Amino acid sequence: MNPLGWIAGFWRGRRIPLSWLLLTRQPVRLAVALAGISFAGILMFMQLGFRDALFDASVTVHKMFNTDLVLMSPRTKSSISMAGFPRRRLVQTLADPEVAGISPVHWNLLLWRNPQTRGTRSILTLGFEPGDPLFLDPELSEKATLLTQKGRVLFDERSRDEFGPVAKWFRQGRTVESEVAGKRLRVAGLFAVGPSFGADGNLLTSSETFLSLLPSTPAGSIELGLIRLNSGADAEKVAARLRQQLPKDVIVYTKDGFIEMEKDYWRSSTAIGFIFTLGAGMGFVVGCVIVYQILYSDVSDHLPEYATLMAMGYSLITLLGVVAREGLLLAVLGYLPAYGAGQLLYGVVQNATKLPVAMSNDRAVIVFTMILVMCMASAALAMRRLGDADPAEIF
Amino acid sequence: MAAAIKVSGLSHWYGEGSMRRQVLQSIDLTIEAGEVVLLTGPSGCGKTTLLTLVGALRQVQAGEVKVFGEELNGSSRSQRQQLRRRIGMIFQGHNLLRCLSSEQNVQMGSDLLPDLSYRARRDQAREWLRAVGLGDHLGKLPHDLSGGQKQRVAIARALAAHPQLLLADEPTAALDKQTGREVVELLQRLAREQSCAVLMVTHDPRILDVADRLVQMEDGRLSVSSLALQAG
Ligand SMILES: Nc1ncnc2c1ncn2[C@@H]1O[C@H](COP(=O)(O)OP(=O)(O)OP(=O)(O)O)[C@@H](O)[C@H]1O
Ligand SMILES: [Mg+2]
Repeated sequence: MNPLGWIAGFWRGRRIPLSWLLLTRQPVRLAVALAGISFAGILMFMQLGFRDALFDASVTVHKMFNTDLVLMSPRTKSSISMAGFPRRRLVQTLADPEVAGISPVHWNLLLWRNPQTRGTRSILTLGFEPGDPLFLDPELSEKATLLTQKGRVLFDERSRDEFGPVAKWFRQGRTVESEVAGKRLRVAGLFAVGPSFGADGNLLTSSETFLSLLPSTPAGSIELGLIRLNSGADAEKVAARLRQQLPKDVIVYTKDGFIEMEKDYWRSSTAIGFIFTLGAGMGFVVGCVIVYQILYSDVSDHLPEYATLMAMGYSLITLLGVVAREGLLLAVLGYLPAYGAGQLLYGVVQNATKLPVAMSNDRAVIVFTMILVMCMASAALAMRRLGDADPAEIF
Repeated sequence: MAAAIKVSGLSHWYGEGSMRRQVLQSIDLTIEAGEVVLLTGPSGCGKTTLLTLVGALRQVQAGEVKVFGEELNGSSRSQRQQLRRRIGMIFQGHNLLRCLSSEQNVQMGSDLLPDLSYRARRDQAREWLRAVGLGDHLGKLPHDLSGGQKQRVAIARALAAHPQLLLADEPTAALDKQTGREVVELLQRLAREQSCAVLMVTHDPRILDVADRLVQMEDGRLSVSSLALQAG
């Protein structure tokens, strides 16, 4: 059927927009309802935003790597407790025809001294061969060549402020030096990753410098092995093959598996998922109560008018439709400010916490769906009150 | 053509068990199309009950009620709802929708007409408001109208759905003498122009002369006194 014709027919056949008028001619009640719905929406946006951001932040470092598979020690459970494994296992994978290249990575938390306050704080430090194509970002790989000189580091400019005004000083052209594990280091450049659950800041350096900071590291031991495959290779298949071939002192992950392992660790070892989901649920419940109250008292107040409409020959279905449309209008009108405020607050939170909180389409849809369900469920409950509208009682 | 209303042997009870009380006792009443009938009687004698039964607002318990030839005894909910679209009702209170302007209130009546465009229904609503002398008050909310004006909007609304039968329960009760008289005359004139039958309950002795016929009720029984004022 021709949609334009359908719209024209709809427009021609439309009736007085009773739901709209019921809502808008009671501006105070409408304002209360919209404030309640927006509040619930904002709460849901913030809680779900925090939850996703915390999990996403825990893997920003993981996502940086240009790799198809990774090798780790089976004792490694998360990025804050990376155990070592023999480097020669990584070299062994080169025997597989699909493996194009490998990069060993050292990974540990070290103590960084704030160059301003002299206080120390632990910082996630990665050590690697500066010439390796380690990162997805070619600019970062380029910068990494600065690390060939011993005692140089790249500092994460989005690290928490407690590490000192390193990025600011560096941009001003000052020579920024600090101490890690008692050794002097100089900042050779900046990169941007941001803090995560496990680390408040990040540091990149060469393997050589890394080992000089941690002289107790057993020879030939690394924490992470990156494996790049030929283009077109099936990562899952190669991973399965390597698992067969390699001894049990290493495990093989795909890049996605590596990321999921980290997220899973934080999901299961912290109550964060539960807490934030609960917070969003609270927003939902509060919103339900408010919308239900508003719609219920709206229907109650207009009961004689609904009864009059029934006496005039309007069907119960039509009147239920009026209440349902009120719910729908409230959902849409309440969602828009919630969306706007959500965007705004994400910006504020991102500035304050350096967490990667941002509006995602998924979340925008989820929150709208929750608000819609909230309003329609409340409308459905309020509709029961319409059963009390008895046209025989209005004479 | 079927009579607008044909009631025979209609009885009605309120309450359950020992509280059960008969309020209508075997009523017979016929109103022809276009006839204006006034129903009077002491308070509590069952006038409103009769009106709600004829208006398909209440389930018939015993007897026959035919409106436009359609039997209401044993009718379904949706049958009654469909029938109500053809009956205009005017209440003691005006029962306008508070959040709608006069024009929109009247259009709630004409919106019941099938196959008319929004614009046509709106124009009809305006036409009816002009007919009741409220052409200058289209956009006003009920709140801003006087009692008589509200009742006139209610009349326009009832007539806007093109009813063949108009039921009115003490439409002048809330109005002063002068306004009450005007409103009833307006109602009678417009109903006649539409050849719409009218059954009106009233206590007001000064308006009895608008009727073709006067029906008196006492204790749930009718005592018909044909006044035949002006031969319709
Ligand atoms: N819903 C009801 N339940 C029980 N009794 C009712 C109900 N409605 C009316 N009655 C009783 O039935 C009797 C007839 O009521 P009805 O309203 O039909 O009288 P009426 O003639 O319209 O009176 P009035 O002139 O005061 O409006 C009254 O005694 C009233 O108390
Ligand atoms: Mg009465």
